[in-house]
Amino acid sequence: MSIEEAQSGSWWSPSPRLLVLRRLEVATLTLAALSAAGVVAALGHTTIGLACLGGALVLGLAAERFVSRRFHAWGYAEREDDLLVRRGVMFSRLSVVPYGRMQFIDVTAGPLERSFGLATVRMHTAAAASDARIPGLDRAEAARLRDRLAEVGEAQAAGL
Amino acid sequence: MTEWKRLHPLSPIVRGGRATIAVGTVLLLSLLAGRGSRGSTPELVIVGIVVVLGFVSWFVTRWRIDGDDLRIESGVLRRQSLRFPLSQVQAIDIVRPGLARIFGVAELRLRTGGSSGDTARLAYLASHEAEPLRTRLLALAEGARVHEGTREHEGAPASEPADQEHVLTTVPTGRLVASVLISDVGILAEAVLAALIATALLSPSAAAAVIGGGAVWIFAVLTPVWRRFNQEYRLSLAEAPDGLRLRSGLIALSAETIRPGRVQAVRMVEPLLWRALGWCRLEVDLAGKQRSKGEGQAERRPLRTVLPVGSRALAEELLERIVPDRPGVQSPPPRRTLLKSPLRYRMLAWGRSETCVATTSGRIRRVTVWAPLEKVQSLRRVQGPLQRRLHLATVHVDTAGHSVHAAIRDRDTAEADRALADLSELARAERRKKAR
Repeated sequence: MSIEEAQSGSWWSPSPRLLVLRRLEVATLTLAALSAAGVVAALGHTTIGLACLGGALVLGLAAERFVSRRFHAWGYAEREDDLLVRRGVMFSRLSVVPYGRMQFIDVTAGPLERSFGLATVRMHTAAAASDARIPGLDRAEAARLRDRLAEVGEAQAAGL
Repeated sequence: MTEWKRLHPLSPIVRGGRATIAVGTVLLLSLLAGRGSRGSTPELVIVGIVVVLGFVSWFVTRWRIDGDDLRIESGVLRRQSLRFPLSQVQAIDIVRPGLARIFGVAELRLRTGGSSGDTARLAYLASHEAEPLRTRLLALAEGARVHEGTREHEGAPASEPADQEHVLTTVPTGRLVASVLISDVGILAEAVLAALIATALLSPSAAAAVIGGGAVWIFAVLTPVWRRFNQEYRLSLAEAPDGLRLRSGLIALSAETIRPGRVQAVRMVEPLLWRALGWCRLEVDLAGKQRSKGEGQAERRPLRTVLPVGSRALAEELLERIVPDRPGVQSPPPRRTLLKSPLRYRMLAWGRSETCVATTSGRIRRVTVWAPLEKVQSLRRVQGPLQRRLHLATVHVDTAGHSVHAAIRDRDTAEADRALADLSELARAERRKKAR
């Protein structure tokens, strides 16, 4: 049985507000494209304008679908000795990062994330390729995760 | 604790490197040309300032061993005091560039691990002092670690000079030349030279122009060949109580010690043409920053070459010392991998033991990587769109090294999942064993 299935009960996902944020981003872009296409249509190039309108709509819907699938792909699980992080739709990844190997943990929040009360937690190990991060966590959950990782990491810290 | 000591008085001259040569030339020219005339005064003033600055920088730089730390102080306006914990030292190198050899001095370089790993440089010391000092620092480093770690080694002789070493191999020059000539960089250089010679023979009139215009290219293709030869000339590997000792160099000599347990991963490279001769090359990856300002060429090498060229049997023998309990690689990937990686398919394989994982990959050359499980930083299972269609997945084994990457490529999904679970379990056991 794979690690992923063994942990089936204990996967956590980012806050649903992340999905709202991502959808808003897509919607804004789509609306901008739609209005641009509308202006083109109104200026007399009707066929080109309508084609662009349709194209923008299709692209927007595709992006929405992609964004929501990607949101559902994110997940993390705390095991006894390591943290599991899964992500990605096209390229699906599952990282196993032992607590003892984490050198430091970043919690960052950009302006958009902040207005939604979200934060990103990023785990750093001595290997540059590790790159484990969890975006769109509720701020309280991000702080809890950071404190817990730091605590367990200290207890299990191993040298290089 | 010892007294504060200064570096060798000639250090600023050697440190100046090319600048020293330039200043010397200017001085010589102005002396020759400027006999009697006053035109050379500005040059002399500048040279004077440079000399005074060099002297001041030498005068304010001092070092000493303070318990388990090495302390270096330098600078006038921006006073800098470095405290370097010896227990963190990954390796201590002795480097002697061309100019340093002329003046009989050597540089001692201490490297620590971690991605923010720092380098302490003692540039320069008298040659005869460098070797004993390195032995002493290594002994202290070993002692500091024993002190920090398990108490049962308390009585272990920490200051015992580690001088008894046992040379494992020295690369014969003939074989090195041959191997460089049929390596990738060598073949490129030969092709360019052959093309130039052919042009010269066919139309001597055009040749001059071609060579004039192509000088940069000739230089560009010859530099890596020369660098490789220079670095690996008479490379010898010795086993000593404080680790593996590497010595090499034609013009710039370098000597370094790789401490046991600091190797993050080992790889064996077999280029296409070398395989026909049964040759291979062995490189080890260490933790720590690879590129930083003020470091010489030797330091920028991404990997430490342990064996520039040698037979498989010799490589196996060395591997036995670097990664004991080393698994063989077996089990080819499923046939459908041919669709995903047609060139790699023949090379792909992996294997594991209780303490180590081995993988092979490569398209034209074959690269075999061994990563000790105790060094594993994280594990990743990655599946791309094509791999999902074919029910394949790749498991990456990340270590703190920078250049060697172990990846179990394109295995059946179930096998990859099992490998991920097993390896994370085994790596955890190894970490626990070490922590205890």
